[in-house]
Amino acid sequence: MKKNEARIKASEITPRELFYARRRFMQLAAGASAAALLPESVLAGDKLADVKTSAYTLPDKLTPMEDVTRYNNFYEFGTDKEDPAKNAGRLKTRPWTVTVEGEVNKPKVFDIDELLKLAPLEERIYRLRCVEAWSMVVPWVGFSLAELIKRVEPTGNARFVEFISLHDPEQMPGQKFSVLEWPYREGLRMDEAMHPLTLLAVGLYGEVLPNQNGAPVRVVIPWKYGFKSAKSIVRILFAEKQPVSSWTQSAPGEYGFYANVNPAVDHPRWSQAKERRIGEFLKRKTLPFNGYADQVAHLYTGMDLIKNF
Amino acid sequence: MTLKTLDASFVEGIKTGVFLLALAPLIKLGIGFYIDALGANPIEKITRTTGYWTLTFLLITLSITPVRRLLGWNWLIRLRRMLGLFAFFYGSLHFLTYLVLDQFFDWPAIVKDIVKRPYITVGFPSFILMIPLAITSTDRMISRLGGKRWRWLHRLVYLSAVGGVVHYWWLVKKDITNPATFALLLGILLGIRLIYRARGLIKVRLGPKTVSS
Repeated sequence: MKKNEARIKASEITPRELFYARRRFMQLAAGASAAALLPESVLAGDKLADVKTSAYTLPDKLTPMEDVTRYNNFYEFGTDKEDPAKNAGRLKTRPWTVTVEGEVNKPKVFDIDELLKLAPLEERIYRLRCVEAWSMVVPWVGFSLAELIKRVEPTGNARFVEFISLHDPEQMPGQKFSVLEWPYREGLRMDEAMHPLTLLAVGLYGEVLPNQNGAPVRVVIPWKYGFKSAKSIVRILFAEKQPVSSWTQSAPGEYGFYANVNPAVDHPRWSQAKERRIGEFLKRKTLPFNGYADQVAHLYTGMDLIKNF
Repeated sequence: MTLKTLDASFVEGIKTGVFLLALAPLIKLGIGFYIDALGANPIEKITRTTGYWTLTFLLITLSITPVRRLLGWNWLIRLRRMLGLFAFFYGSLHFLTYLVLDQFFDWPAIVKDIVKRPYITVGFPSFILMIPLAITSTDRMISRLGGKRWRWLHRLVYLSAVGGVVHYWWLVKKDITNPATFALLLGILLGIRLIYRARGLIKVRLGPKTVSS
């Protein structure tokens, strides 16, 4: 690559201003054509059209949208839980592509607007349990990740899926500090990724996903601690080897690969037996697999979940 | 009147001002609670704010003696007891927040926390150590104990401060900027004392005149 770059004549280099003017024009054109195709808008706060209700509901009271969007961990925008809402304004969610590659027969670069139409959007009310012992109930919008996985046809070698988030310190000021190794990486075993509960989310509360909640596209794995649910995904990689996620890399003794919600396995520094549901005074007991044991416990039969925390 | 030699009434004025200022974090929390402006997790906010101010007042208290020595502002000593008591006050609020708001008297969980969670294992005694200091902060207690024993007892504040900073360091997940700042400041404040002590010892060895701490 370096050699080729050196061979380019100065006369062939597009002047900077022209390059940016052209880029702007192309972005405008792309935006205009996308707007023509999509009557609905794509900015955070806009209503998503044609969202179906689903069987994934809960009797639990929803956490107010104000709390869902103003209190969360997204270290790309700062380490305080109030930072994402403050600092996510610079994130540009259009144009946006998600590259799906690795051990698949049909690797593909999906444009975000194409991804939004890949399968019918549905609302799913999930519990969210943070590893810090607080929890919420969130009405997400999206579809099963399996819908996407089927379309790229994983090969027989695909045993794991890795999610890679955007790395751009200009848009994500928290990345100017090396609190974690950027880009943020997370992963699932293939059967976990294919599980119908594993959601590819593009919205919440019927609206386009706010930047601070992982716009424009993230995963939500409700039976695992929140950090497993990678946000602002730009690349999905299928592999034979188990990927190392950013948190595991930073503290292997504290954040495991599985990270299933488990009241019996404490975090080394705090108890996981109880949690504070945001908006409630008394703590509630944490449920195994965050209350999704009936649906997912069979994925782990025969596994030592204390060792594989 | 210079900054070295302030009138007694002037010092009283400063003391009142510092007293009111030291209440500001509590008043801000109270207003925030009242108008529901403490965010999605008010209990966490109250815990963090009271913890932060406990450490801050501990450091301010520990800076009185070195600043007084360096600048010769002897009147500063008259603020020290009040500042120390504010550290204890915010520490008590911090502890009560944990006991009542966070755990709601769940004694088994509290005992488990103290035994199993290193940051609580170190934080809990750091607070407990402040109690005898608060109790013996009155003039009567000072004269009852005698200056020497009182000074010896009040060196426990060093343990409390170190424990408090370690408590903070061990509880943060990843971004240690804040606890590291506290640790650095505390290191400076304790380092200054070591230097004075070393100098004092040299002076003691060289001459007959002892230097009191």
